[in-house]
Amino acid sequence: MNQHSRVAVFRREHFNAAHRLHNTALSDEENKRLFGKCNLPHYHGHNYELVIKLTGEPDPVTGYVYDLKLLSDLVQEKIVERFDHKNLNLDVAEFASLNPTAENIAVVIYRILRPEIDESLDLHIRLYETPRNFVEYPA
Amino acid sequence: MVYLTRAEHFNAAHKVSNPNWTKEENEAVFGKCANENWHGHNYDLYVTVKGWPNPDTGFIYDAKKLSKLIREHIIEALDHKNLNLDVPFMQGKMCSTENLAIGIWQQLLPLLPEGVILHAIKLQETPTIYVEYYGEKPPWE
Repeated sequence: MNQHSRVAVFRREHFNAAHRLHNTALSDEENKRLFGKCNLPHYHGHNYELVIKLTGEPDPVTGYVYDLKLLSDLVQEKIVERFDHKNLNLDVAEFASLNPTAENIAVVIYRILRPEIDESLDLHIRLYETPRNFVEYPA
Repeated sequence: MVYLTRAEHFNAAHKVSNPNWTKEENEAVFGKCANENWHGHNYDLYVTVKGWPNPDTGFIYDAKKLSKLIREHIIEALDHKNLNLDVPFMQGKMCSTENLAIGIWQQLLPLLPEGVILHAIKLQETPTIYVEYYGEKPPWE
């Protein structure tokens, strides 16, 4: 195999959570105008699908870019345990004053996972909020 | 007869928690689904009606009209809502997918025109969990 064959590996995980879109710096009227029904006060929710992508060269001994079981364990421990069946606004400290849009959730997930994964591997997050709405970070 | 299904979807928050039980009892039975601050889902709703195709239109029921009916009376009430707090027809009930399917059936039944028979409500809470209700009378009614 070519010594410099970079390969991307992916792990899909999911979590179900409640949230509402609300910028605490804005008035209730501004929030309602900007976010519509996503701002409704009693929250709504989604089945989030999370796709973690790692890119790097396969290890010469294992043939792995990253052991996907270990990646699953990492994402379960660091993300799913903290986000699943939670209210993102109320239960997840990172969103105490940060609007939990899909964009911001993806950035938060990236920042949590980045220090856990060797620097030689590129990390990329794709987050589906619904089957039709999804975001990627870094873009 | 022919069966016609219309799929719609909505996103909502809920919790599964019995108000007559303690926090510990709810956690023991419902686990993380009882989180007092709610969680949520992307629900997929499948409404199936049955009948014979109308000789003039070839339709059991105009699927566009069925969609409009579901959207006006069900999706409008559920989408981006808190199922426990915001939905009149779920008040006083446990907010499970099972009970929500029964509630949707009961809302839709009187709205269908004559000759269009409601056959099934399928409600998918997650890609791996769904319920079906065929209109049998619940024992408590």
